[in-house]
Amino acid sequence: MADVIRAAGLVKTYGDVHALDGLDLAVPEGTVLGLLGPNGAGKTTAVRILTTLLEPDSGSAEVAGIDVRKRPAEVRARIGLSGQYAAVDEYLTGFENLDMIGRLYGLGRRPSRDRARELLESFDLSDAGDRPVKTYSGGMRRRLDLAGSLVARPPVLFLDEPTTGLDPRSRTDMWEVINDLVKSGTTLLLTTQYLEEADRLADRIVVIDHGKSIAEGTADELKAQVGGERIELVVASAEDLPTSRDILAQLAEGAVGIDDHTRRVTAPVTGGAGVLIEALRRLDAAGVTLHDVALRRPTLDDVFLTLTGHAAEIEADAAADTDVPLAEATR
Amino acid sequence: MTTLTKSMPAPGPLTPSRFKVFTDGAVVAKRNLIKIKRVPDLLVFSTMSPIMFILLFAYVFGSAIHPPGIGYREFLIPGIFVQTVIFGSTLTGAGLADDIQKGIIDRFRSLPMSRSAVLVGRTTSDVLNNVLVVVIMSGTGLLVGWRIRSSVGEAIVGFLLLLAFAYAISWIMAVVGLIVPSPEVVNNASFMIIFPLTFIANTFVPTQGFPTVLKAIANWNPVSSLAQASRQLFGNTGTTPLPNSPWSLHHPIIYTLLWIVGILIVFVPLAVRQYKRAASR
Repeated sequence: MADVIRAAGLVKTYGDVHALDGLDLAVPEGTVLGLLGPNGAGKTTAVRILTTLLEPDSGSAEVAGIDVRKRPAEVRARIGLSGQYAAVDEYLTGFENLDMIGRLYGLGRRPSRDRARELLESFDLSDAGDRPVKTYSGGMRRRLDLAGSLVARPPVLFLDEPTTGLDPRSRTDMWEVINDLVKSGTTLLLTTQYLEEADRLADRIVVIDHGKSIAEGTADELKAQVGGERIELVVASAEDLPTSRDILAQLAEGAVGIDDHTRRVTAPVTGGAGVLIEALRRLDAAGVTLHDVALRRPTLDDVFLTLTGHAAEIEADAAADTDVPLAEATR
Repeated sequence: MTTLTKSMPAPGPLTPSRFKVFTDGAVVAKRNLIKIKRVPDLLVFSTMSPIMFILLFAYVFGSAIHPPGIGYREFLIPGIFVQTVIFGSTLTGAGLADDIQKGIIDRFRSLPMSRSAVLVGRTTSDVLNNVLVVVIMSGTGLLVGWRIRSSVGEAIVGFLLLLAFAYAISWIMAVVGLIVPSPEVVNNASFMIIFPLTFIANTFVPTQGFPTVLKAIANWNPVSSLAQASRQLFGNTGTTPLPNSPWSLHHPIIYTLLWIVGILIVFVPLAVRQYKRAASR
């Protein structure tokens, strides 16, 4: 299948900061690429270049076979963009927002209105459609913004951190919406700070850091690199540490780690909840009292620690992608 | 969700690009006007201050200022018109800066719309806002004793000249709004520009008592010629311009028109260029 989005050697510098430092990307038709990275990694810069909002210092990019730098107007007619800040007008109603976008895409009066109503219906915003957006919740604004990017049924869609700042419930709703969208064959480039999100939505993931791709593959491939799930437990008494380690060692896929100071035992496992339950049974039978126990999945921090040797740090650089605190990014 | 992308005809025949700037501009202007309708505070504030100015100047300074050959209130009202429509044009800068901050300009820039339509729409809606402001001010002026002593035709030309000058200033403010980092800065910056511009002129007081340097600036300030042109077209000139006034005040309409054309020639391309570059935040 042909690559619908293709970028080669994209470089963008702000002063001393390399927002992008030779980024290559390829997204085959009808697939979803997740661009995963921490704040300031260059995700938003990449999206801005691919959507013609920003000129790269060097490198080339094509969207739907059209050169982004040479024929930006034609690219714009084929893409939809939904940014991390819901770019909807809060004084307009949901309907007015969508109708305005339709008219600006060149739809006629009637088709634009019909399309706006259709999208409000699809995104569960019909009841709120004639209210000013000011009255919408964060999740509703995001849905409206996403609807706005779909007005002209673009074959290529860019979503820049579509769920950043949303509460968990709205995030799950948003994932469902995007999943449905992807099933209909849209080619999608999605940026995110959440490994879980990339896992849920993307066919392939590119991890970027300091404006460069540092790893690429399916979610499973990346997790295999990072290491899979881990059981982490904290025992009530330090005397139980050796027992716990021996029990977990029987179930673990690798070396069991012990932190005497925090009385924490960590064991890499495969098999998820089943293994956890088995471990708890055996620990209970051995009379070990636990303070805390969890099955941890790899986080963005784990990916970064493994791939780069440094944690996903917040960088307040000129091309800062978001203002979301790291605590949230690594949740 | 199946309706999202299925059964998708390509977006219909696109409007010929030649007209896109007007059709898109109209869409953007409509959006801005809806905002004025939804947030009436904006209009209330932009009309309250000129009414306040008229009342303060008319009753506080009116007793002390005696322009040649005419009552102060008649002299003052065209000046207030000038100052107010110029202030009204700062909306352009504040509105654009606000749209950049909220990411709306990014959305516009990602759409296959005319590159200058956002600016055309913005300046158009701001001029319409100014029309409303002028109507309200005229009413207030009539209440405190201002009268149009010329013909209807001349008065209409007078109002049109005011709006045209404000429209040109709108394009300057558009450039300011696209450069500065936030809407608040636009307001401060425009105060810094507009206060001296409208006060070092014959807007509120006759210039003959000004110190030499200020007087020279005031005489050639297009704000003076606009005020003089308005007084002429509304029939509120008294004995101005005084015989020793420069060419600009003896031919205020032409001189003002030259400025309007000059400003547009310089700032329309500048604003469009800056719009293409404008980055969010």
